[in-house]
Amino acid sequence: MTQIAVTVNGTRREADVEPRTLLVYFLREQLGLTGTNVGCDTSSCGACTVHLDGESVKSCTLLAVQADGREVTTIEALAGADGTLHPLQDAFHRHHGLQCGYCTPGMLMAAASYLKENPTPTEAEVRESLEGNLCRCTGYQNIVESILDAAGQMSGAKA
Amino acid sequence: MATTEQYVGRSILRKEDAKLIEGQGTFIDNQSMAGMVWMELVRPPYVHAKVDSVDVSKASNMPGVIGVLTAADLDDAFPAGLPMVWPITEDIKIPTHWPLTKDVIRFAGDAVAVVIAESRAQAEDAAEEVVVEATERPVVLDLEEAAKDQVVLHEDLGTNVVVHWSHGGGGDQTIFDSAPVVVHERYSQPRLIPNAIEARGCLAYGIPAAGEYTLVSATQIPHIARVALSIATGIPQSKLRIIAPDVGGGFGSKLNVYAEEALALALARRLGRPVKWIEDRQENYVATIHGRGVIHDCTLAGTEDGKILGLKFVELADMGAYFQLLTPGIPELGGWVYMGPYDVEAYWYEFTGIMTNATPTDAYRGAGRPEATFVIERLVDAFARRIGKDPAHVRRMNLHPPHADAQTSIMGLQVDSANYEPTFDRALELVEYDQMRKEQAARRESGDAKQIGIGLSSYIEMCGLAPSEILGALRYVAGGWDAAEIECRPFGKVVVRTGTSPHGQGHDTSWSQIVADGLGITPDDVEVLHGDTAVSRLGMDTYGSRSVAVGGEALRQAVEKVKEKARIIAAHELEVSEDDLEWTDGAFRVRGAPDKARTIPDLATSAWHAHSLPKGMEPVLEGTAVYDPPNFTWPAGTHVCVVEVDTETGKTDILRYVAVDDCGAVINPMIVEGQVQGGVAQGIAEALYEEAVYDESGNLMTSSMTQYLIPSAAEIPDMTLDRTETPSTTNALGVKGIAEAGTIASPPAVINAVIDAVSHLGVTDVGKPASPERVWRAIQEATKGSPGVSGGPGGATPGRQEGGAS
Repeated sequence: MTQIAVTVNGTRREADVEPRTLLVYFLREQLGLTGTNVGCDTSSCGACTVHLDGESVKSCTLLAVQADGREVTTIEALAGADGTLHPLQDAFHRHHGLQCGYCTPGMLMAAASYLKENPTPTEAEVRESLEGNLCRCTGYQNIVESILDAAGQMSGAKA
Repeated sequence: MATTEQYVGRSILRKEDAKLIEGQGTFIDNQSMAGMVWMELVRPPYVHAKVDSVDVSKASNMPGVIGVLTAADLDDAFPAGLPMVWPITEDIKIPTHWPLTKDVIRFAGDAVAVVIAESRAQAEDAAEEVVVEATERPVVLDLEEAAKDQVVLHEDLGTNVVVHWSHGGGGDQTIFDSAPVVVHERYSQPRLIPNAIEARGCLAYGIPAAGEYTLVSATQIPHIARVALSIATGIPQSKLRIIAPDVGGGFGSKLNVYAEEALALALARRLGRPVKWIEDRQENYVATIHGRGVIHDCTLAGTEDGKILGLKFVELADMGAYFQLLTPGIPELGGWVYMGPYDVEAYWYEFTGIMTNATPTDAYRGAGRPEATFVIERLVDAFARRIGKDPAHVRRMNLHPPHADAQTSIMGLQVDSANYEPTFDRALELVEYDQMRKEQAARRESGDAKQIGIGLSSYIEMCGLAPSEILGALRYVAGGWDAAEIECRPFGKVVVRTGTSPHGQGHDTSWSQIVADGLGITPDDVEVLHGDTAVSRLGMDTYGSRSVAVGGEALRQAVEKVKEKARIIAAHELEVSEDDLEWTDGAFRVRGAPDKARTIPDLATSAWHAHSLPKGMEPVLEGTAVYDPPNFTWPAGTHVCVVEVDTETGKTDILRYVAVDDCGAVINPMIVEGQVQGGVAQGIAEALYEEAVYDESGNLMTSSMTQYLIPSAAEIPDMTLDRTETPSTTNALGVKGIAEAGTIASPPAVINAVIDAVSHLGVTDVGKPASPERVWRAIQEATKGSPGVSGGPGGATPGRQEGGAS
């Protein structure tokens, strides 16, 4: 067992983990943050995407010990502390950007990170940015629309 | 809240979204219980082998291990094997399918033992230490090889050729020899892996002393699973509850009853502890059903001016190593649509089901109809090329004439309503067909390395499964009805229990719209419950695009039953006769005095407190309907795909994709469009990217998402959608179903476009998936006569790929 301290969704969490424990299972099973889903085990589908020090990572690719001393944000903290939805969450709802919802937390986290990097993307850029996140239900069209809409809302809000 | 607003037909935003966008879904892996243990299956690295010994001694002593059990240890746990519920012919040969194999490993998913441990990791570790000695047997994957029976999977059956079915055809069969133009083609369609982003999983628990058990499972079919798992485990249905929590996609892969579900229940019963199993993706690729895996010999009889006289298809279908729930029925389900939307004089379809050493096949989005539509639409293009006519012209001149009422089709079933020409014309208009042909001609003229191709696909499909009487005639063991219960709570809220079991389809929202309009309330006043046999007692679940056409109509009928009772109470309270009341503006109103009115919330409250009900009336305002559809529903449509093919690299890019579908009346256009987009994407994936590839030893080479190419947003194009609306005559809602249409229509549209782009180079066939290598080889073969499309990397599909008119 290895002791780690990770700041998860703003709260410092100390825990003993097996060295082989993946970050996603640390989050899901030890911290009870089950919003982050596991889809493929090979870092292909992106369902497990979370933020590590603000950047999107696939939490099935990282060991929990690699997050020691760092900050992790999961889908549970994407909305504001007062419960206000993130513009992406709101846009996914308004544009029907989800069906079964299993890939959705990963899609939202990947998109949130991407929009920080590129606040005013084109449609083609959004599509490219989602290469690591698979959805089997939507055909992506409404996901792309949702992200473009949210980008507009967010950059409009800043302007 | 009583309202006069109408909701059906509007894109009401989904009620399901709130929990899912905040990471609060109830997916199976989010569920755990006190005292829970983990189950892991031991699947040895053999494809076909006689099991000589299973040594569990080391594994049993591993940390955290509670037990390691083999088939022999569980001999008394299963009174019967896993049921297959569609024995489509009298003489079908049905292999016994035990949850753990007792003697022979017949495919990579066959398990020989099960480990129970305190944690998932401990269970996985111990499973690796189970030592299996086995004698390998030759592996057979190729359908025609398997049919020779040199290697027989199930010795007690004596053959791999387990089923042959035909509905006997229709019309003059001599036409397939004597017509002015006869086109023969052979098309092979590879196996596909469904890939719901959530793999399977289940959690079984119970009270052994009371004999009561519950299975929470990522399933599309809790009600059917209750019956099937009762048979397999011996737990009476009265003591078996199945719960489908939020389910992360199905596409048919969760329209099944699996070994792991039966094992989890049996072990929960034996151990008295909750047992959980979560499938990892590699297991999912071998242990969860595959789709497709078929070869068709096709014949089209026609005339020189483009009239299609007859269509004939003889299919070989890969059943895999066992039958799963519906395996042999899947080709048959396609068997009723092989005339496509065309008005033909003669029709023939037959298929032979063959066992191979691969994962069982079963329903994968479209289930038989995509396989059918692919070969029809490829054949029509081959015919058009043969006679030198435009494929759009040939299709349009052969479309079946419209009919507003049900009409018996050449294959013997009644088509509920049809009006194909407006759908077809709209698709061509949206894609700017003539303009695209001009652009294609210009590119050809200039000899551009990037050539344009236009592919069409007109389809008809069969949904709304199904009239129980017809299912009985087809030897399906269950019925096709569905059920809905409406409970009007006092003070305005309504609870609906539906027998459908959505996993992304948005029934909570659409069903609320139906009830809101019927009862004069808002969708927010309606709570829809589903996916739990203890909550919605009656149902036949969600698959085959049946939910709205059967479950939605059941709900509409339940609304009418509520209103029948409510009307009596309203008349009583308003002291008028029932005939003096009319339902207008969301309330029962006295004719000529509309202010004298009672809303459903008013009446529900009256019925609940029951202080002053009509003499003899039972309290509470409720309505239940169990609806058996009188017919199937028959959606149709035309899709057009425009591609650009790089003739130097073989790479295909989709420039335009137009889908015009007719699924009858629509409850929620936003949800319908989402279904089409998702379905088309899955079909594009089938056409260009996805294929289960095996090596010669029967090992699955595409064994994870890194090898099996599921397209991302970067590969799937923006689509242009439209609809025409020809109401179904089968149900009063006028709905037909839409969830599979995109997957049915799109693969031939894309492949026809790819071939069309390079047909001027002499290419007449490119197999699925049209990978750059396959397209490049097809071009090379056509232009230089070098090695063919089949074989080699990217071409390892069993069966021949080439077509070619005779």
